[in-house]
Amino acid sequence: MGSQAAAAIDDQGSHDQAAPERVVVRFAGDSGDGVQVLGAEFAKSAALSGHDLITFPDFPAEIRAPVGTTFGVSAFQIQFGGPKVLTPGDAVDVLISFNPAALKTNLADLRDGGLVILDEGAFTKRNLAKAGYEVSPLEDDTLATYQVLKIDIARRCGEAVADTGASKKVADRAKNFWALGLTFWMFGRKRAETQKWITEKFARIPEVAAANLAALNAGHAFGETMEIGRDVVGQPLEASFAPGTYRSITGIDAMAKGLAAAACCAGIKVAYCSYPITPASGLLHALAALRSKGIVTFQAEDEIAAATAAIGASYGGALGVTGSSGPGIALKSEALSLAVSTELPLVVVNVQRAGPSTGMPTKAEQADLSMALYGRHGEAPIAVLAPATPAECFQTMLDAAAIAIRYMTPVMVLADGYIANAAEPWRIPDVADLPDIAPDFRVDPENFQPFTRDEKTLARPWVRPGTPELQHRIGGIEKADGSGHISYDPDNHQTMTDLRTEKIARIAEMLPPIKVERGVERGRVAIVGWGSTYGALNAAVKELLDEGLEVAHIHLRHISPLAPGLEDLLRGFDHVLVAEMNSGQLCRLLRSEFLIPAEGVNQMTGKPFKVATVKAAIRAAINKTEGGAS
Amino acid sequence: MNQVLTAKDFTTDQEVRWCPGCGDYAILKSVRATLAKIGRPPHEVVFVSGIGCAARFPYYVDSYGFHTIHGRAPAVATGVKLANPNLDVWVVGGDGDFLSIGGNHLLHALRRNMDLNLLLLNNAIYGLTKGQYSPTSSVGTRSPSTPGGSVDRPVNAALMALGAGARFVARSADTLLDHLPEVLTRAQAHKGASLVEIFQNCIVYNDAVWAGMATKAESFEKTVRVAHGEPLVFGKERDKGLVFDSRNGRMELTEAGGDAEKLASIHDETNWALACALSTMEGGDLPTALGVLYCDPVNDYGSDQEARNHFTTLSRDELSALLHDGGTWEVE
Ligand SMILES: Cc1ncc(C[n+]2csc(CCOP(=O)(O)OP(=O)(O)O)c2C)c(N)n1
Ligand code: SF4
Ligand SMILES: [Mg+2]
Repeated sequence: MGSQAAAAIDDQGSHDQAAPERVVVRFAGDSGDGVQVLGAEFAKSAALSGHDLITFPDFPAEIRAPVGTTFGVSAFQIQFGGPKVLTPGDAVDVLISFNPAALKTNLADLRDGGLVILDEGAFTKRNLAKAGYEVSPLEDDTLATYQVLKIDIARRCGEAVADTGASKKVADRAKNFWALGLTFWMFGRKRAETQKWITEKFARIPEVAAANLAALNAGHAFGETMEIGRDVVGQPLEASFAPGTYRSITGIDAMAKGLAAAACCAGIKVAYCSYPITPASGLLHALAALRSKGIVTFQAEDEIAAATAAIGASYGGALGVTGSSGPGIALKSEALSLAVSTELPLVVVNVQRAGPSTGMPTKAEQADLSMALYGRHGEAPIAVLAPATPAECFQTMLDAAAIAIRYMTPVMVLADGYIANAAEPWRIPDVADLPDIAPDFRVDPENFQPFTRDEKTLARPWVRPGTPELQHRIGGIEKADGSGHISYDPDNHQTMTDLRTEKIARIAEMLPPIKVERGVERGRVAIVGWGSTYGALNAAVKELLDEGLEVAHIHLRHISPLAPGLEDLLRGFDHVLVAEMNSGQLCRLLRSEFLIPAEGVNQMTGKPFKVATVKAAIRAAINKTEGGAS
Repeated sequence: MNQVLTAKDFTTDQEVRWCPGCGDYAILKSVRATLAKIGRPPHEVVFVSGIGCAARFPYYVDSYGFHTIHGRAPAVATGVKLANPNLDVWVVGGDGDFLSIGGNHLLHALRRNMDLNLLLLNNAIYGLTKGQYSPTSSVGTRSPSTPGGSVDRPVNAALMALGAGARFVARSADTLLDHLPEVLTRAQAHKGASLVEIFQNCIVYNDAVWAGMATKAESFEKTVRVAHGEPLVFGKERDKGLVFDSRNGRMELTEAGGDAEKLASIHDETNWALACALSTMEGGDLPTALGVLYCDPVNDYGSDQEARNHFTTLSRDELSALLHDGGTWEVE
């Protein structure tokens, strides 16, 4: 087997070191193979070894898909190394595949010369047929361009576990830990943390704990005795992290913690009202699991009930928050206009998924931007924010809450299924540094009118029911500026429409001017993105800068209103490319807003952009001006 | 808080804009009087409504008020309660608001059992949109959208509420000033969701649809006013009685000429089957049941929520602990 060990793999970029900066590993198996647990433990050990990382779980929509089928394959990808990891990786260096179906659905992503580790025992006739292989890929040239390591994992794991007296079923299910042990050997990892985790996690079922520990150790020992070279793929770099306390966090977890921070920093209750939908349900679960003071979760009967309950909560003096995915956001639409009209704070989270309609619920897309900006009846402007990375979701939720409270407005946060489920290390902020976003509830009855405005923000006063002498009535009927009485006066409607628009525009005054994320201030090509495409765009620009090209990455966290300085910045480039997982929604916005000839780089596959795709698009733009040279 | 309140304390300076003669005026009067009698200060009272003639209600009650969107008032009110369970929250809507577009929300507000007072102003028509038939219109109702008479059968609001798991279901009628305030008082006192169906006359689009209930004299013959622990008798001379037939779950008239007071069943508010039978009396000489048909309190949603400690704020130290839950590591 040693013969299959190869020299260090190529880096994604051009570097001289023998060791790669980063390595991409993907585990793939049946939904029941424990791939997600395996991935999470592998990621934890990578973090503890000082690597930066991004993980990307890719699981099927079916809850219990038939065993061995291609649509039941669950996968977990991780890119780890240093100095900085921006994406889960374009191409896989090491693929660990537990059955033929997993090989079939994942092999295309393995780079030429990459290593595939197979559970040989699972390549039975039956499993091959279920995966749609007529000839076993172990017998033809399917794997010719890769390094292959065939191991009967199930049998070896079974032998190792036998001593613990575990049943066959328990032994079978320990396979993932055997594979984890082997990868730990390959990357020189310590087993202590995982051993501790297994012992704690399965404390109540000691036979399972013993079996999993035996499997982990056996996988490790197998690597050692068979001398599976640690240089098969090479040892990636350590990350250059700023000092601090770190944890691994998914976008969903970061959002939940961001809302907890909002409750704390605002000193009021956050009421999260939602109706289950993939991939937004995770936020409802995460917030419910916090069982935290200051947070109440409410599973409503439908999406508009969730939105209106959140509005009711805000009216009642809490911060109402509602979340869903595209189809559910559409159902909330009527309620959002009510929140605009009554000028109440509201945070709306859209964890976007591939649409239209049911679309591909577990796949990511950014096609709800236009809906966020324009998808309401009447002139109903709201603020729209988009986090760029999983960890950034924490700050985005805090910002959204601050804007909603300060400007008395709905704020939409556009995440997506990728950012929600991907994980990365996060430096935990010092809570003393978090801003005070406490609302200034009106309590003084002197000259009170519900629709007078703050001179700077144009926000109307927020009054909690229960406050003496401030009883008043609000509603969706047009209100007279100031008094808030019902008004059908033509000039008043113009005034109120203008005020609601201007109020959103003024949010820009509190935003820092937009800066280039990476690259030159003026030059050939600026690639503009928003949301979860951040990593791919940034990595692409880094690599092209290394080649000496005059390019830049600009990333929008605020889409309504746009951060100040964007137009000037964009005009400094020969080409403005806008990369989005939709058919050009931000691109059209920038074109209409600034009258610049921005061009779209668009992808609708349900998968994140690959760095290579983005690089190719930027190169093509440069070549265009150079008359097709290179 | 012992200051004596009057209906005036719950009256806004807004001009009431219902049609002259609309049953909503009488309901408004009863509601104001009831609020004054209950004595919660106006700033602790919230009125939430959807859209419709009935839903104009909050503008006319001097309390906190929220006129929301069609059908969704029960959900908005639920949110208000989530924010502040100490408020006295009333929800007002029409039959279209509560039973068509908002049917789902009503169903869930009732079974969830938050402490809300839900007033269904049932005129069996869409008033605000100029007279289309509604989910409570009887078969054959001629309206702009059903010129040949409607064909779909009406929903029985009280029975729907009982089916949804409501723990308080009552009925009254707009002009029954000697009855409605009492029912409203009971609804407000009930901990949990309480539904009061108020038969309301729309003089413009569905006049006299509840004929027989509006005046006291007529109502003696056409309705039975139920009272817990009292025999189910009606008629000017209290000479007619009702018996609950447990074999078929229906109400029947006591024998003519017999002593109704003696023969009639005794009303038991906590008997769900009896409430179902009372709410579905139809045809022949059977009266329409008014009053508290069902009241059997259980723990309301708010009281359980509170036990879960959500109503205190989160301190910075507590937040810090939460941010550090699960595994962390240090980078020097
Ligand atoms: C989303 C939406 N759909 C339709 C309407 C139009 N609309 C307003 S009130 C109403 C029905 C009113 O009937 P009901 O609830 O019985 O109240 P009433 O006017 O009879 O008191 C309708 C259909 C609306 N305002 N919003
Ligand atoms: S239309 Fe009917 S319900 Fe509406 S205000 Fe007039 S009378 Fe009352
Ligand atoms: Mg009606």
